[in-house]
Amino acid sequence: MTTDLEALHSVLHNVAPNAPSAGHNQWHAVCEDERLAPERGVAALVDGQQIAVFRTYGGDVYALSNRDPFSGAYVLSRGIIGTRGDIPTVASPMHKEVFDLRTGECLDNPVIGVQAFGARVREGRIEVLVPGTTPPRQVDATGRGSDVAVS
Amino acid sequence: MSQDATHRLVVVGNGMVGQRLVEAVRERDVDRRWRITVLGEEPRPAYDRVALTSYLTGTSEEELCVVPDGCYDDGCVLHVGEAVASIDRHAKTVTTAAGRVVGYDALVLATGSSPFVPPVPGADLDGCFVYRTIDDLDAIRERAGVAGTGVVIGGGLLGLEAANALRSLGVDTHVVEFAPRLMPAQVDQGGGEMLRRKVEDLGLSVHTGTATERIEQLDGGRLRLVFADADPIEVGMVVFSAGIRPRDQLARDAGLDVGERGGIVVDDGCRTSDPAIWAVGECALAGGKIYGLVAPGYEMAEVAADRVVGGAAVFTECDTSAKLKLLGVDVASFGDAHGAAAGALEVVYADPVGGVYKKLVVTDDASTVLGGVLVGDASLYAALRTMVGRPLQDAPEQLLMAGPAASGLDDTAQVCSCQNVSAGAIRSAIGDEGCCDVASVKACTKAGTVCGSCVPLIKTLLAQSGVEASTALCEHFDLSRAELFDVIRATGIRTFSEIITRHGRGRGCDICKPAVASILASLGSGHILDGEQAALQDTNDRFLANIQRNGTYSVVPRVPGGELTPEKLIVIGEVARDFGLYTKITGGQRIDMFGARVDQLPAIWRRLVDAGFESGHAYGKALRTVKSCVGSTWCRFGVQDSTSLAIMLELRYRGLRSPHKIKAGVSGCARECAEARGKDFGVIASETGWNLYLGGNGGFTPRHAELFASDLGSDELVRLIDRFLMFYIRTADRLQRTSAWLEALNDEHGDGLGYLRRVIVDDELGICGDLDAAMYAHVDTYADEWAAVLEDEEKLSRFVSFVNAPDVPDPSIQFVTERDQIRPADQPADPVPIAGPTLEVMRR
Repeated sequence: MTTDLEALHSVLHNVAPNAPSAGHNQWHAVCEDERLAPERGVAALVDGQQIAVFRTYGGDVYALSNRDPFSGAYVLSRGIIGTRGDIPTVASPMHKEVFDLRTGECLDNPVIGVQAFGARVREGRIEVLVPGTTPPRQVDATGRGSDVAVS
Repeated sequence: MSQDATHRLVVVGNGMVGQRLVEAVRERDVDRRWRITVLGEEPRPAYDRVALTSYLTGTSEEELCVVPDGCYDDGCVLHVGEAVASIDRHAKTVTTAAGRVVGYDALVLATGSSPFVPPVPGADLDGCFVYRTIDDLDAIRERAGVAGTGVVIGGGLLGLEAANALRSLGVDTHVVEFAPRLMPAQVDQGGGEMLRRKVEDLGLSVHTGTATERIEQLDGGRLRLVFADADPIEVGMVVFSAGIRPRDQLARDAGLDVGERGGIVVDDGCRTSDPAIWAVGECALAGGKIYGLVAPGYEMAEVAADRVVGGAAVFTECDTSAKLKLLGVDVASFGDAHGAAAGALEVVYADPVGGVYKKLVVTDDASTVLGGVLVGDASLYAALRTMVGRPLQDAPEQLLMAGPAASGLDDTAQVCSCQNVSAGAIRSAIGDEGCCDVASVKACTKAGTVCGSCVPLIKTLLAQSGVEASTALCEHFDLSRAELFDVIRATGIRTFSEIITRHGRGRGCDICKPAVASILASLGSGHILDGEQAALQDTNDRFLANIQRNGTYSVVPRVPGGELTPEKLIVIGEVARDFGLYTKITGGQRIDMFGARVDQLPAIWRRLVDAGFESGHAYGKALRTVKSCVGSTWCRFGVQDSTSLAIMLELRYRGLRSPHKIKAGVSGCARECAEARGKDFGVIASETGWNLYLGGNGGFTPRHAELFASDLGSDELVRLIDRFLMFYIRTADRLQRTSAWLEALNDEHGDGLGYLRRVIVDDELGICGDLDAAMYAHVDTYADEWAAVLEDEEKLSRFVSFVNAPDVPDPSIQFVTERDQIRPADQPADPVPIAGPTLEVMRR
């Protein structure tokens, strides 16, 4: 686990090297492992953020922001889990846009996506990694990332 | 653009042919040099007169309309309800009855024809009608409601069409034909006999070789028909449908040449004796002939349009083949049907038991097809018609039984005679334009869009080109929904994992998972939230409520037939008040409560279930409501108890999962207050029973349901609806409404409704017992989905906003007040927060 954590930290540093909170990311337990059945999602409230946590058929867990970026409603956890090719996906229950569970990228509209969080199962509980107060990144139309503070 | 127009075209008449002419001129006049004024006498734009009868069985005026969107703009104007009164050929103007004067450089007369009413005394009495326009049909429909019995004078193509219409209106119908057989112009004696038997089997009375002497008025509005050599009959109404006469009066008055027996004389460019005036369609006498069919009219419209804009197109003698599909009887004739050519030979196949008669007319050396007649089975019509005038490849008898090998169809063979589309044009649409199904060939070439008789041939051409339209459900299944249904039903597999492992690939998606969920539910595989099935459901089914735009849900309890006691009404009011919900009466006679969070749903259901309510399945692809009027219980016009029937039907089919949502209606009389014909199945009371209509819908493309069966008793009605629903559920595509499903049956089998009758009435496929059993099983095992969740702790535990904070309501849900009720607060239009694809994710 430690190595995983380090890998993520280094990524976050690369993404936002000057963000003071980059080192304050924390794993939060959200529920018991058995609470999340395969190919289902649940919503969790972590530090005031709504996180959608999913489990695939193979047992992998993923976490995305619960907010559907197209409608603005916090509903992604209620989407249908599946695959597109080899990509594990969730389809928004609103208008069925499909998101890559690993990255939050919208496969139907690559310019838009949702924030992805770390997720793991540890000691019988599902945990998500929430990057403290790290400013979320925004991607412009070219897909290039830039650091933008979002209120 | 129109200010540049320097030429003025006036078109008199806006029927199918007049409209085609306008479109043909617009197509050719790319520089928009012509300003077009169309003057139509009827109060509505051009409509499909060929399909006129369908107006009586539910097709709306809008659906019949043949004017494309955007056809009329500032450079092309249509005035409806404006009959032209006179033409001043010297001043080059026309004057309408309303006094409008329009100048022209070119004038096209498309005044059509009027029904021929034989000069029988009494033909103008009240209760006598003609069959030509939508207004005529409105008048006929009104009279039919009280007529009881009626007679159609004329046993030709139009007469049988009218008889079919009267019959569909519940009128006991006679057909009177002067000639010794029905359809004398199209079929021979043998075909006429077969036709007569078929028509009589359907309950119509046929009188051939009968001349009507006079019509007498009886007391109470009834009419007596007196014949020369037969007993008189008494009826409630008379419809004349004995042929047409060209409407040439305007041309006569203007001094244009007309034929001895009527019709405006035109040359092979469709030009009249005045070089500035053309005539097209049924008012024109072309090559000494009046054509009473739309296909030659279209051809003339193309020719005249070409000439008007300066071309040199020529009208040649035209195909007068006809295929009729009415009263459930196929009738077709083509080419030299009567073997009039010198030495013509006739090859005849007759099966009196099956009611099939086929005749092929060939040259004396049996080398060339001249024409033919088909009664009872006209499936080879399109294929055989294309053979006329071509050297015979196969033996005539083989041709008659199996049809030509379609690969032998050369590119010039005309496949669609209505729209004049050749086999080559269709092949090119398939090969060059990428058309891969009947619908796209129709859209691309217009073939198959008028009478539809060539659709089977289009399908053959599609199949030969190697195009296989994909019916795969999605990337995870190569099977269509119907195939998947069969597989699941036959194999007994009831888990998605096993289904996709054995018959698909990957782990599914938002397309195949709900489809499989629906199939499993239709097969009665337990509660939809049981085990693995829960993960297949779309959010509405997952929460047994309808998701709204802010992530809250609406709750709709079932109110069978729209009948609700005051006590229950009060409960709904109290629940909505106590949970702060917005309430609205739905379009389906129920009450919708909006604004519930997922964590509130069980408590809301508890209150409703305790008061005797159950889920209304407003969230599911399932039966929604059976709408009703109060019927004979309260209404002074009602003839049957529509409310009781609606409640019975709604309770019978509640919870039935299907490819699309299903709605129904029951009206207690022909006033149709329940709007039953706008539903998937609609029932309308008659004096003696129930009339069943199938395949209507509201929504994006509204469509009226078509009459399927009349005067049914309740048991027979329920049996037919059971089988209709089950057959639809098993064979429809995903999200295919019953109307689209019936249209697909049309494309597949010719007459979709006729095919459905053969399957669910005559049991041609031998599956009726199976369909009945499946519906009984559904009815027997129905259980309320809300109550089942309330009794199951594990299912209940999923109804929380947050898994780690079950008592915290979703803070993102905010309401404002409008007209004293809540509504979702508008979301701030904020930028979309996003994690770049470079942000690595941890895995377990």
